[in-house]
Amino acid sequence: MAGTAARRHQRAPSRQADAARAEEYRGWLREMLLIRRFEEKAGEAYSLGKIGGFCHLYIGQEAVAVGSIAALRPDDYIVCSYREHGHALARGIPPRAVMAELFGKAPGTSRGKGGSMHLFDVGRGFLGGHAIVGAHIPLATGMAFAIKYRDTDQVTVCYFGEAAVNNGAFHEALNMAALWKLPCVYLCENNRYGMGTALERASAIYDISERASSYDMINEVVDGQDVLTMKNAMDRAVERARTQKAPTLLEVRTYRFMGHSMSDPIHGHYRTREEVEEHRKRDPVALWSHRLIDEGIMDEAAIRALDAEVVTEVADAYEFAENAPEPEGSELYTDVYAGEADERTGGQADGSAQGEAPSEGATDRLSARPPIRL
Amino acid sequence: MTTLTYRDALNAALREEMRRDPNVFLMGEEVGVYQGAYKVSRGLLDEFGPMRVVDTPITELGFAGVGVGAAMVGLRPVIEFMTWNFALLAIDQLVNSAAKMRYMSAGQVGVPAVFRGPGGAALQLGAQHSQAFEAYYAHIPGLKVVMPATPADAKGLLKSAIRDPDPVVFIEGEMLYNVKGEVPDGEQVIPLGLADIKRAGRDVTIVCHSKSVAVSLRAAEQLAAEGIEAEVVDLRTIRPLDEATVLESVAHTHRCVVVEEGWHFAGVGAQVVDVVQRDAFDQLDAPVLRVTGADVPMPYNKFLERAAKADPEKVVGAVRDVLYQS
Repeated sequence: MAGTAARRHQRAPSRQADAARAEEYRGWLREMLLIRRFEEKAGEAYSLGKIGGFCHLYIGQEAVAVGSIAALRPDDYIVCSYREHGHALARGIPPRAVMAELFGKAPGTSRGKGGSMHLFDVGRGFLGGHAIVGAHIPLATGMAFAIKYRDTDQVTVCYFGEAAVNNGAFHEALNMAALWKLPCVYLCENNRYGMGTALERASAIYDISERASSYDMINEVVDGQDVLTMKNAMDRAVERARTQKAPTLLEVRTYRFMGHSMSDPIHGHYRTREEVEEHRKRDPVALWSHRLIDEGIMDEAAIRALDAEVVTEVADAYEFAENAPEPEGSELYTDVYAGEADERTGGQADGSAQGEAPSEGATDRLSARPPIRL
Repeated sequence: MTTLTYRDALNAALREEMRRDPNVFLMGEEVGVYQGAYKVSRGLLDEFGPMRVVDTPITELGFAGVGVGAAMVGLRPVIEFMTWNFALLAIDQLVNSAAKMRYMSAGQVGVPAVFRGPGGAALQLGAQHSQAFEAYYAHIPGLKVVMPATPADAKGLLKSAIRDPDPVVFIEGEMLYNVKGEVPDGEQVIPLGLADIKRAGRDVTIVCHSKSVAVSLRAAEQLAAEGIEAEVVDLRTIRPLDEATVLESVAHTHRCVVVEEGWHFAGVGAQVVDVVQRDAFDQLDAPVLRVTGADVPMPYNKFLERAAKADPEKVVGAVRDVLYQS
């Protein structure tokens, strides 16, 4: 009897661990399915004219966002490029808020002022989609600098495409991060194409990870189509950042199944249909589904049910966004400066909205005047 | 009151703000070990250490972006550009990142950073080192642009700029660093967006900023000898622009000359003229004239350079023109 109890004692944590692992794996599939279905719906909405401007879909790269963000803590910082719907969803920003932002509606993450390329959620450490290629990489370095300055153990992760590595901002930012030993993970999503220009037509070196040697920075090449591989590589990079304040360059090999944006075709002048079809054989959602089936964690019926659940959630987000109100007209002039009210509403100009009170006479002069035109 | 140079007044403002708020740090080329290319940061490394006085590589775009990123998560960076000529490499970070962040995030993310350094022409530095860029930055909603003309203003305005929740472009006069002036003792914070009447007068309003203030004051002295009393209005902040003070002065004098160091085309003065003709049209007894730098890259030759710059004689000439005395 004692022996049975001991065995049970040994096995129980292992069963728990298995259950937790299964739950985690199912969660990753759910997130990847959510991104896939969300992006399909976003593409549809764009075609119907409900989403304006540029719209860069993430289909094919889902495992990168899901696997990498799974390695982060809630208090870590995330900085993205303009192809960031997937990262936003993986970070737990509600699909309703993301879709509403794509629709430019008031309940969107940036109240309709940001759009597809500028999703923000400060509460989740999601510090924006940024639309100038490479320009956000120094911002991430700055956030990592702030972490070191405050001596906390947070981590910043910065996502960018392979086209950004030929940009000066990339070099400057990585050099300073390595020089100053900042806790940042630079995650290059190498999907092979900067808009319509293949890597080998833009880059003297095809192996992006090699760039890290310029900064004596640890690097790793990761298969971005496998979510577990992605998660494990990111775990290592995050651990280095958190405990050693050492930055890492991850070159994540992935592929986008859609065009650069909704305004260009899936294939055409710059790549062949055959090439896209070849890459589709390693669809990250399908790969992970098969893995879960092989491991006995889910069966096909369960996956179909999960997919149906996600499709319903996306439909709800779409309906929410469609029915959501437009921003008020008065929003046009808010959020340009802090603490300001629109001058047309008689608000106070922000010159006096500083942390400290201005000198007494100065305050009198200011308040006696009409608002300043900014 | 203490007599300080413009340079030391800026240093005092930095030191006081860094003592007051641990989130304030200084970053830029040569700010630390070298003690500042123009010695504005002299002694700060010793007092605050290398985490708060950060020497950078020569990477304007990169370290401006680092400043923006640090500000996005709550630090208060003061980013020094060795000159605003070099800061052109970083203009993307100021325009596309710093200025837009609050709006794009619907108020979630602010950028409480100051970008500062010397601007304008010095002496015979040639075309690439002699430029006044305030109009570039003042054009951008989301940025504030501050240009102190005196040591007292330099100190009070820099303290305000550091405490401001928005990105501030703080352009110091390269030729002003050695200028001495009375600086009030103790805490003296000058709000942004408030012009200052540097000289009272009844006959004409001269609107100016930064180095042009000294030029305008010298012109006013010459004019006074002829019995013409000019009122010299120092904008101090280009954006937000203190329209009220300009308009009050013009309502009083009925004539206006705008003086600036920058180029004529689409310069700061054009904005002032817009304000005056729109809101004080009936007050004007003459068209508003502008005295600016010549619309050419700055020549190296000292005679040509002198010809390209706004000077007191040109201001006196413009004043005579608006008084119909020429």
